[in-house]
Amino acid sequence: MPAAKDGCVKPAQGPIGAPGVEAAESAGTTEEVVSKVMARVGYPAPDFEVSAFVDGGFQNVKLSDHKGKWVVLCFYPGDFTFV
Amino acid sequence: MSTDSRFSHKIWQEEELTKMVPGGVPFPLLSDQGGRVGTVYGVYEEAAGVDIRGRFIIDPEGVIRAMEVLTPEVGRNVTEMIRQLKAFQHVVATGEVTPSGWQPGKPTLTPGPDLAGKVWKEWKVENAFE
Repeated sequence: MPAAKDGCVKPAQGPIGAPGVEAAESAGTTEEVVSKVMARVGYPAPDFEVSAFVDGGFQNVKLSDHKGKWVVLCFYPGDFTFV
Repeated sequence: MSTDSRFSHKIWQEEELTKMVPGGVPFPLLSDQGGRVGTVYGVYEEAAGVDIRGRFIIDPEGVIRAMEVLTPEVGRNVTEMIRQLKAFQHVVATGEVTPSGWQPGKPTLTPGPDLAGKVWKEWKVENAFE
């Protein structure tokens, strides 16, 4: 694991190798927006690198660094909300 | 993962989650600022600027095995998530398949020509329910 735990982590890349993202950002129609979704069962999970709070410190987390393990990825609407 | 910053995650963990779970939640809290990752996973709600309640099970090869997406009002069923995770782990380890309602220890099915038309002998409707 990276040792960096200070507050000055370098910017995370976000989605990695997602060709649809740039095109979709300039897209206007619903069809074009839908087409940027890349997550489907049976297909590789789109890789990403994001900043994170881990074990009491800040570090970047990259999905592909967890190959070889089962991963449960959960999205939720926001910290301090109710459900 | 949410669209909150890592700083918000820190305060949430320290000020609230530690009051629900001793020591806080034992997994990383990821920051999806701008919803860029949520967009690719189909869970970013642009009008509200948040990632809605999506859950993905990813196998050791990096392949998505399961996905569930809920609007924010309804919370997850963690027991069902763990059941699915155990089922996929069992399938990968054995090559068997798990019929509807399978729980660890319950019968599995072995796909093949001999099973065609004979599932009714192996699996009853009651098995679909806990």
